[in-house]
Order: sequence, then C-alpha cells, then structure tokens
Amino acid sequence: MRSNLAIETMPCSDDFEQQLTDVLDRLYAAALRMTKNRSDAEDLVSDAVTKALKNKDKLKDPASFRGWMFRILTNTFISHCRKKKNRPEISLAETDNENEEEFWLFDRLHQPLLLFWGSNPEQEFLNNVLREDLARALDKLKDEYRMVVLLSDVEGFSYPEIAAILDIPVGTVRSRLARARSRLQKSLWQQAIDTGFVKDPADRLRSETP
Amino acid sequence: MSSPEKIDCEKALRHLLEYLDQELEGTLQHQMEQHMSSCRSCFSRLEFEQTLKTHIRKSGTEQAPDSLRNRVVGLLKDFEK
Repeated sequence: MRSNLAIETMPCSDDFEQQLTDVLDRLYAAALRMTKNRSDAEDLVSDAVTKALKNKDKLKDPASFRGWMFRILTNTFISHCRKKKNRPEISLAETDNENEEEFWLFDRLHQPLLLFWGSNPEQEFLNNVLREDLARALDKLKDEYRMVVLLSDVEGFSYPEIAAILDIPVGTVRSRLARARSRLQKSLWQQAIDTGFVKDPADRLRSETP
Repeated sequence: MSSPEKIDCEKALRHLLEYLDQELEGTLQHQMEQHMSSCRSCFSRLEFEQTLKTHIRKSGTEQAPDSLRNRVVGLLKDFEK
C-alpha cells in the first residue's frame, strides 16, 4: 500500500518556490474542475497560494508538499463556496445516504442489443469518449463526488492521502469513490444516448416490436 | 507457505476498484492477482475500469495561464520581503 500523508517534524526546505511552481498546472486544473470557471479558478489558486505562503512554516515534511497544497486548495474552495450565496453550501464531511444501484458501464456495453458494435464494444466506446465528454460528466457530479474522483483518478493520491486532504475517514473515501464512479459512468452512458452515439436499448426494443 | 484460498467473481468485483487503485495488500491483494490472472471476465472489467481511469486522468490536465503564473510570481515576491 502507498504511504500515508506524513506530517513529521523536518525542517522546511528552501525549494518551496520550486515545488509550488511545479505543481501550479495541477492546482489550476483541479481548481478549474472545482469552480468550472477560468477566472474563478485563477482566484482560487491565487488565494490558496497566499494561504500556503502565510503558513509555509507549518509544512513539516517537504515530501508531503503536494498533499498539503491540495488540502489548502480544497479548504479554500469550501470557504469560497460559503461566501458565495449563489452556490449551495457543500459539505465534504457528510455522507450521502441515498441508496442507488451499482452502475457498471461495462455491463451496459455488453447488453445483447449492442452487439452491432462488434466483439469489443467497451473498447469501441472508450475510444470514442472525448475529453469534453469526460469533463462534462465530471462537472455534473456533486462537489463531494467530483473531489474524490479528481484526487484519486486525476491526481493519483492514495485513499489515506485523500482522507487527510478532505478530512474524512478512509472508509468514506472508498464508498464515495465507488458512488462517484458509478454516477460518472451513468452520466457518460446517458450522454452517449443523448448524442445518438449509442441507441437506448429500450427504444431499440420498442421500435423492433411490431 | 500454501497459496491463499481462491476467491469467487462476486468477491473480486466487490474489491475491483480498490485493486485498481492499488489500495489492497496482503492476502486479498494476492487473491485478486490470482483471480485476475485466471478469470477472463473479471480481467476484462478491470481493463475497462483501468482505461476509463486513464482517460479521466488525461482529461484533467491543464496549463496554468500566464496571468496566473505572473500572479504567483508576484505573491512569491511579496512574501520574500
């Protein structure tokens, strides 16, 4: 298993500036997915960097810089949301108890009615999923779901690291990630139907029934 | 050491995402590896999830605009004072 977000006592390194510069593209990308707006994303990163610089001395282990910086970015985003009245307040600590079936896109792609796609429908589907499709599906997710997908799939943080960044238990990271992926896949499937890329098997069945 | 007890597809699917995220260890990790190397159906699912994960990672890349880089350079200078 990968290492936890270590917060140990070590002198702060002088390459803070370099680390910050190196991670800037990633911070901006995450901020853009969080705010869904380029100018808000710039403000968010800029505020997070300001906070990081003010608290530079609190970073004990330079190796945990990236996790530390993402934690600041996330917290800054939450406080931005609270200030904005036009955005519903988000809670990263709460668990969504909404019950829903597990959605496996893989299963949908293997329905007999989709056989016109040949022997490898899932590969065919993924080859045709565009960057914009994924961005749109990600944007549709609720903040707390989008965040775990971002931190895991895009940023590659481990579950314990994500737990530390979002201040939630590891078990919640696991269940939220499963739910987030399920919703993301559902959304990709729906988009594929809406754009006519796949034909809704229900419609197909109806049209073929005399 | 004897090899761990084999797991069925149901259990493998339940832990598929954790396996994908490299979050398993010990016996379960070993059982998953074993299952994936012998079950074509579960392996196909794993492959699909892996490819989707890679697509998501790639879709998340962005370049910070110069305006932001300049702002950060400005902030760094401010804090040096």
